[in-house]
Amino acid sequence: MLPVFFYLFSIIAIFSAIMVITTKNPVHSVFFLILTFFNSTGLFVLMGAEFLAMLLLVVYVGAVAVLFLFVIMMLNIDFSSLRAGMIKNAPLGLLIGAVLLGEIIFSFIGMKYGISEIPGNELFVKLSEIENTRALGNVIYTDYIYLFQCAGLILLVAMIGAIVLTHRRRENVKKQDAVKQTLRDKSDSIEVSKVEIGKGV
Amino acid sequence: MFDIFYNENFLAFIFIMLKIIGLVVPLLVIVAFLTYAERKVIASVQLRKGPNVVGPFGLLQPLADGLKLFSKETIFPTVSNKIIFLLAPMVAFSLSIAAWAVIPIADGWVISNINVGVLYLFAISSLSVYGIIMAGWASNSKYAFMGALRSAAQMVSYEVSIGLVIVTVLVCVGSLNLSEIVYAQKSVWYVFPLFPMFIVFFISALAETNRAPFDLPEDESSLVGGYFTEYSSMLFAMFFLGEYAAMIMMSGMATILFFGGWLPPFDIAILNQIPGFIWFAGKTSLMLFTFLWVRATFPRFRYDQLMRIGWKVFLPFSLLWVVLTSGFLIIFDLLPSSV
Repeated sequence: MLPVFFYLFSIIAIFSAIMVITTKNPVHSVFFLILTFFNSTGLFVLMGAEFLAMLLLVVYVGAVAVLFLFVIMMLNIDFSSLRAGMIKNAPLGLLIGAVLLGEIIFSFIGMKYGISEIPGNELFVKLSEIENTRALGNVIYTDYIYLFQCAGLILLVAMIGAIVLTHRRRENVKKQDAVKQTLRDKSDSIEVSKVEIGKGV
Repeated sequence: MFDIFYNENFLAFIFIMLKIIGLVVPLLVIVAFLTYAERKVIASVQLRKGPNVVGPFGLLQPLADGLKLFSKETIFPTVSNKIIFLLAPMVAFSLSIAAWAVIPIADGWVISNINVGVLYLFAISSLSVYGIIMAGWASNSKYAFMGALRSAAQMVSYEVSIGLVIVTVLVCVGSLNLSEIVYAQKSVWYVFPLFPMFIVFFISALAETNRAPFDLPEDESSLVGGYFTEYSSMLFAMFFLGEYAAMIMMSGMATILFFGGWLPPFDIAILNQIPGFIWFAGKTSLMLFTFLWVRATFPRFRYDQLMRIGWKVFLPFSLLWVVLTSGFLIIFDLLPSSV
């Protein structure tokens, strides 16, 4: 049963990953990217890494890809200028791809001959005994707490940077002050005055 | 040649399929009658009679509505993106059904009792934005697009506070498994110690399912029909059913997280005699009634007010409660045992 699902998920993942960079419409690209994420989730589940699988769904598919989609749908993208840059940027893309592929191959060689000692290898031992949410939590919040905090700080800085870059203070914007609104009562908003006939207020 | 049919895996597969049918068919019937219930409840609130012509007490009204939608023509706008236009309602509908795979209806009555059940539910409910955003984009109409954008921003915002509410419950339980969460509430339902979080969860659930008073994506006075403006016939019906199924799913989630799932309110022999799924159904129906009640009572929020509540009120508040709850658990040494 297992190999069937493995090949199903991998084939769809590879196919949709190729479609991400070949399809003409950028919105379709994002949808294929989402399909790729989805199938990687399936692969994670098959590996028994259920927590990572769900995180991939929640974070990447549920939040990051939605924002991608949001931006790409809103922007009026000029397809021809995108195509024109392709030849120019191709060498860079190929270089990055080659480096990533090389890293993957090296790590596989390392795993096969036991050359590289993967930090956190003890996780694999624990996985058979306890559920992997617990195992991950035990490692992340004890041994790697400083690295984890560092990652959090980097994300925070990135977030602040993005807000600072895009935020602009506009003049003459009417804002609702909910506290002020709810604290208002009859005494400071209504005045009863007796108006004499023919005189006005 | 027929070996495959005697294979153990194959039998297990058939058994799972039967379980899925046994869950989905009643679910769809309930969804149909929820639309009826909604009309009846709102009618009662507004001192009307509601549907009362088709069948006894109008009970066959959902069937009649379904037949009517079925016999309508499916219209594809000429400028729409046909494939995504067709896919969107399917995504919306199947996601809201898929969530039920992990919900325990009674003790052991669950299709897949996975360790990360809560995260799965959370993931599925955050994915349901895709049906809407796809519909809005593929329709190629400004009303649909505006509706989809509103909805996407709204759902992404309210997921944050739902996530923090879930964290609070998880800190008390010490497991992500939905059945474990229910077992942990044997002595006291979490709605009592975590009442403010329940309120936050309920309001966020209203926003997450695009229900009144947060139904801005389908705000008819400003957006015609919102994201499903261009949809007709069964494609429209799928959005409709998907929305109601998502409502039931959210109510079920609230029942499991805060109302002790299938557990009776008191651990008494007589109450324990009543099968678990009746307790579960009763609690979920009560939640659903509240959904309808809110719809009949409150006017629609303005969009900036909706965002203000999500980010400036619920997020800091629920973050505070996460810290308070975990602090309380640590001080009184009540943390669930860890490995």
